[in-house]
Amino acid sequence: MLLVLLVVPLFAAVALAFVGDRKFAPEINIAGSAATFVAGAGLALQVYEQGPMLAGGKFFFVDAFNVYLAVLTSFVSMTTAIFSRRYMRREREHGRIGQIRIRFYHAMFQLFIFAMLLCLLTNNIGILWIAMELATLSTVLLVSLYRTPTAIEAAWKYFILCGVGISQALFGTVLLYFAAEKVLGEGGEALLWTNLRQVSGSLEPTVLSLAFVFLMVGYGTKVGLVPLHNWLPDAHSEGPTPISAVLSGLLLNVALYALVRCKVLVDGSTHSHHAGNIMMGFGLLSILVAAFSLLRQKDIKRMFSYSSIEHMGIATFAFGLGGPIATFGALLHMLVHSLAKSSIFFTVGHASQMHWTQEMDRIRGLFKGNPLVGWGLMFGVMAIAGMPPFGVFTSEFLILTATIKDAPLLTPFLLLGLGVAFAALFRRVQPMVSGEAPSYQKSMKVAHVPVILHMVLVLVIGIYMPAFLNNWFHTAVELLK
Amino acid sequence: MDINVVAQLNSFLAAFVLLTAFGMLVQRRMYGLVHLFAWQGLFLSINTAIVGFVAGKHHLYISSLLTLSLKVFLLPYILHVLIQRLKVHKEVEVVENVPMTMLMGIALVIFSYYLMSPVTQLSTLVTRSTLAVALATVMIGLLMMITRKHAVTQIIGFLAMENGLFFAATSATYGMPLVVELGVALDILIAAFIFGIFFFHIHTTFDSLDVDQMARLKEED
Repeated sequence: MLLVLLVVPLFAAVALAFVGDRKFAPEINIAGSAATFVAGAGLALQVYEQGPMLAGGKFFFVDAFNVYLAVLTSFVSMTTAIFSRRYMRREREHGRIGQIRIRFYHAMFQLFIFAMLLCLLTNNIGILWIAMELATLSTVLLVSLYRTPTAIEAAWKYFILCGVGISQALFGTVLLYFAAEKVLGEGGEALLWTNLRQVSGSLEPTVLSLAFVFLMVGYGTKVGLVPLHNWLPDAHSEGPTPISAVLSGLLLNVALYALVRCKVLVDGSTHSHHAGNIMMGFGLLSILVAAFSLLRQKDIKRMFSYSSIEHMGIATFAFGLGGPIATFGALLHMLVHSLAKSSIFFTVGHASQMHWTQEMDRIRGLFKGNPLVGWGLMFGVMAIAGMPPFGVFTSEFLILTATIKDAPLLTPFLLLGLGVAFAALFRRVQPMVSGEAPSYQKSMKVAHVPVILHMVLVLVIGIYMPAFLNNWFHTAVELLK
Repeated sequence: MDINVVAQLNSFLAAFVLLTAFGMLVQRRMYGLVHLFAWQGLFLSINTAIVGFVAGKHHLYISSLLTLSLKVFLLPYILHVLIQRLKVHKEVEVVENVPMTMLMGIALVIFSYYLMSPVTQLSTLVTRSTLAVALATVMIGLLMMITRKHAVTQIIGFLAMENGLFFAATSATYGMPLVVELGVALDILIAAFIFGIFFFHIHTTFDSLDVDQMARLKEED
């Protein structure tokens, strides 16, 4: 099952590279992603019944933590593929992209999904790094797909900053291997996460705490944590919207996953809160800086990229805080943020296509123009801002409770960040959705399914958390202790 | 070979790697930079082979050959062709405040030695003393990317950082497992194609490869 999950997107990428710009290319893209999702769900079921397992000669490893992210990744990639069919067709009609780029777009989209899944499922922290770099490389040219000066600038920034950042993570991995080699001996075995986890108590603490600083800077750049976030708003706002949706909704999660996996090892070795404190610092700074930056945005996709930084900050902060409640909250937060944010990007993509601009001042009257886009955006923003009864409220509430208990002094800062972000988002979104539709607004066919599906899921998780999800998170919390 | 001789040889080559890193920091001509980069790759490759021979680690021979073909021949060749095609070989980049940059480079070397001293003490390998040099090479590559404004120069800085990382892996642990080394090499190769494409995009869009022109995306107030 595990290998199927990895092979499907790779195969789809090759197939789409050959199919090119035929009429049915978007359908193949959807079918490939759907098959990936089915494989992911099957794998999850297997893990749910039989517990964690190793596959491919210890090369791959699944437990409750990564399998839920793998299912999420394949699910969101499927809905994004559905959305991208309508979206890209409209871009084609307007001549923003040609045949070759469509071919390239589809193939790279699947390669990107493959890289993320490899990242999640590999047991080897060296391969983890390689897959992370591959995920960056496969999206760089997608960010510059429109070839406008700003798009090229954004992609160049993304390439350079993430490249530099991630090389710090490689140095961290070298140090980790250095410590592991002393205990486990040489060879590939010493880089396997499951082996490292077993012996983490006897790894040299000084080396590991140093390694964590490098890993934090490296993977933290990819998570988009302040002050390493400069690439993120540019890359997310200049690329095509389906790419913004998967970058914000999925790639950031995967990078955070890598960081948390490393943190578990460091914690086991140092027996202190060293790694947690660093993560809390970066997380809180991200929440505050992103919340105040939200106030100044004029570009709609840029604004929601800052919101992604804020939410990744919340999850990083919660993982750093540790403890069962905060970790549970962080896992839930990764899930609901990913669903809500990608759904917001779907509606934002359609809204900007209706007005042919990303400037918020020119987007007006969405309720009247297209109720699904208007209400979808409104509900999405309500969800992401943390209003009950949506799932984000639950996760933020859990994290806040844990903060009051374990780090009461930080509570006001957290509340300040959340409050400012809330106000900033509504101040901008309210005029966009209400009022009369302007004359330059054009009606268009929109993709209903992804938006409705995501919103319903976020709502269901907020109101009633299914028992299996609950169990799943509890198992993951145990693993991350 | 006597272990002392090897340690000496290793330090000697490390010194050359660091020297080329400093050279790149202030080299203004494009071809000069590419040549320095190729030399750095050559020193790394020889060093890896020697370490592999002494430690009896045969997979290091493969890494050494990989470095030789990738970083001494292929990447410099690609860069050479790109520079020629883009007609930037005559461009002389303005390097601001050379003494200051050099001093910062030296400060980074000292900082690397300070940072790596606890790790070096724990190591029993012949190559342990060069770990700090490796980190310094990474840091100087980073400094180069910050101080220089030309797209080609920034990429060479990026590749120099990668060289430093490879050197670090050899010094700290006699190289990463082979599968990881191969994967990293593959990533670099893909990155090379991407920046190649990028140079042309930047060149046609901005009419120059000066990255300072790319400053349209700013925070608006």
